[in-house]
Amino acid sequence: MENFFVHSSGSSAMSHGHKYGRPHAFMGNSASLFHLPRFKSTEVESKLDSQYINEDDDDQQVLDFPGGKVAFTSEMSFISESDDKRIPCYQVLDDNGEPIGSKSSVQVSLKLLLVPTGLNVEHPYLKLSTQGNCSKDVQLHGHPPNDGQHILRAQRQGRISFYLTTSGEEAINIASAAALTADDLVLPQYREPGVLLWRGFTLQDFANQCFGNKADSGKARQMPIHYASKILNYFAVSSPMATQLPQAVGVAYSLKMEGKNACVATYCGDGGSSEGDFHAALNFAAVMEAPVLFICRNNGWAISTPIEDQFRSTLPPLSLSSIYIIPDPRGGDGLVVRGRAYGIRSIRVDGNDALAVYNAIHTAREMAISEQRPLLVEALTYRVGHHSTSDDSTKYRPLDEIEYWKKARDPVNRLRKWVEGNGWWNEKYESELRSSVRKQLLESIQIAEKIEKPPLSDLFTDVYDNLPSNLQEQEKLLRETIERNPQNYPSDIPI
Amino acid sequence: MERDPTVCVMGEDVGHYGGSYKVTKGMAEKFGDLRVLDTPIAENSFTGMGIGAAMSGLRPIIEGMNMGFLLLAFNQISNNCGMLHYTSGGQFKIPVVIRGPGGVGRQLGAEHSQRLESYFQSIPGIQMVACSTPYNAKGLMKAAIRSENPVILFEHVLLYNLKERIPDEEYICSLEEAEMVRPGEHVTILTYSRMRYHVMQAAKTLVNKGYDPEVIDIRSLKPFDLHTIGNSVRKTHRVLIVEECMRTGGIGASLTAAITENFHDYLDAPIICLSSQDVPTPYAGTLEEWTVVQPAQIVTAVEKLCQ
Repeated sequence: MENFFVHSSGSSAMSHGHKYGRPHAFMGNSASLFHLPRFKSTEVESKLDSQYINEDDDDQQVLDFPGGKVAFTSEMSFISESDDKRIPCYQVLDDNGEPIGSKSSVQVSLKLLLVPTGLNVEHPYLKLSTQGNCSKDVQLHGHPPNDGQHILRAQRQGRISFYLTTSGEEAINIASAAALTADDLVLPQYREPGVLLWRGFTLQDFANQCFGNKADSGKARQMPIHYASKILNYFAVSSPMATQLPQAVGVAYSLKMEGKNACVATYCGDGGSSEGDFHAALNFAAVMEAPVLFICRNNGWAISTPIEDQFRSTLPPLSLSSIYIIPDPRGGDGLVVRGRAYGIRSIRVDGNDALAVYNAIHTAREMAISEQRPLLVEALTYRVGHHSTSDDSTKYRPLDEIEYWKKARDPVNRLRKWVEGNGWWNEKYESELRSSVRKQLLESIQIAEKIEKPPLSDLFTDVYDNLPSNLQEQEKLLRETIERNPQNYPSDIPI
Repeated sequence: MERDPTVCVMGEDVGHYGGSYKVTKGMAEKFGDLRVLDTPIAENSFTGMGIGAAMSGLRPIIEGMNMGFLLLAFNQISNNCGMLHYTSGGQFKIPVVIRGPGGVGRQLGAEHSQRLESYFQSIPGIQMVACSTPYNAKGLMKAAIRSENPVILFEHVLLYNLKERIPDEEYICSLEEAEMVRPGEHVTILTYSRMRYHVMQAAKTLVNKGYDPEVIDIRSLKPFDLHTIGNSVRKTHRVLIVEECMRTGGIGASLTAAITENFHDYLDAPIICLSSQDVPTPYAGTLEEWTVVQPAQIVTAVEKLCQ
């Protein structure tokens, strides 16, 4: 394993002390000059002049500091807080599903989509065969829009306690999942169930978790949407924000130790990027040269906090016509510019363009693994739904803004237009698919509601690997209490 | 680390510097920069990193340069380290060891004199042990590394220079057992970490005065070894707890409650718990000395108990 510490950190100062002592910073390599008595200053001065031999430019002079050589200048200038132009956003299809720019980028997408995903799981979504150029069956896995709405409705009916949707962010979920392989490890935040869906978590699995029954892979220990699946390489969703980011670096660290041909993909939102863990995770990943993809869903809102209140990278002048700058994303130049600060290669992509997201993640993944480096992908999008069932976003943002993004900028419609435009899909398939999925989902919900809840013993298991004496005692006490007061214990929960 | 290639160390200055108290001295040279990893300064984040590494098959040892700094890692330790095995339905395990020097040192100042065992003891899903001798330090460390559960190993800043002859052959100490330091008949003295030495010093005085104290180093802070403790209480009927934690909410407070609840009938007197006061540790040497329980106080307490 090559030593990837390019510059000795402070901790190695003892072994490389000769490089970083104060005198040398000023004098270059020779230590002895510093000890000359004062009356020899003119001699020193003349020697000093010869030290400042210009290597490149005429007025480029170079200093040696911890961290490397740096040119210095006598002109004082502050780096502006903002650039004139924002970092442009990578797009493949326009809003109408028409390919823009070069044809080759679309060909690339199509070719990549033709490569089998390697999963043997039956996806309940569109399967179609192409005519013309391609002889293989193309499996285009689409996230049926609004499927989450059924589970959402279940929450509103009081059948489950909580839910949150991914409306508007379907392309990010599915396209990024499609660009990864089954061996890549995913550490989600909480708005990425599409990634899990792609990998093979069934509608029944989702329903079981939301209803907290004993068939749930997580043994119903967590509130809805906190999915976990080790076999699908999808790490457990945990509520605290951004904690998954440094954990992702740790997972990548273990990939490095094993020398595995895989990467880690971790997700966060614009709000999550404010957490300290975001900063440290990106910093660590860069220092360690860890193969992590940091996929940031910049959807404009962190519950009720718009992005101009979340961070201030650069702020374009507010348009006079409206306080809400539609259709541009609001607030500064966002997350992509931060990558440079950590030494991380970054890209900004249109998160509502499935093909663009696919291309970007696919390429980023290759770079991450072959070059052993982290990458930052900022996917611009809009959170069409409320933050969660505990939120009513009409209280802090205008209805017409929400409607606009829901109707005119829907990522699924956009991809569908492209697919239809190529003759691979039509209204009939669409309505068949939607009704079949809807039926499946409603069935799954009904089944999940009927499956038994987990037994009392599951309250105490998995806290540790085995049940320690204090938990055994506590379980015994609880069972005794229930035995004495059976009328207080719900009859439908198994003991 | 020789025995198991998945064991690795991460923390600030653990690599070439060998650690702030030289616990990992020479290891980076032997095992490489990646297995003995110097991290940037972000405790919550490198703890999170260790948790992620553990969930994907490694067995990291996460070092807090001083235990007090791990307060910054509380989020990861409590919400993730302790909980993820449970909340993922047993799918992801977290076999980490979180360790570092803590306790009151010599004029290290308030922020470097924290007793983290007080704050962490409530976290479900973790185990806590405190070492006090070279023998049990090695044994507990090995056991902690091999455990499938996350274990927090509390070392003490002032105990690193102890020297002791220990066996050449491999041994481990149980993570759930207390250590009988000195059997006796008159009173049970429960202690751990550095206070063990203050207790043993007091024991000498007590023996000269004709008392026969039983000294137990509880070692296991979560869960308590109520079996060993219970046997002792049933024998002596008097309990003195000597700890370095502060009065409020420390290990002593929890231990007092546990003993009272379980062995109330066997007690001839109320439990006495000697702790540090509820003050930040002052820098001045004399004041610092008097925030920590001294042997003279221990002797007085035993005399009072045995009246």
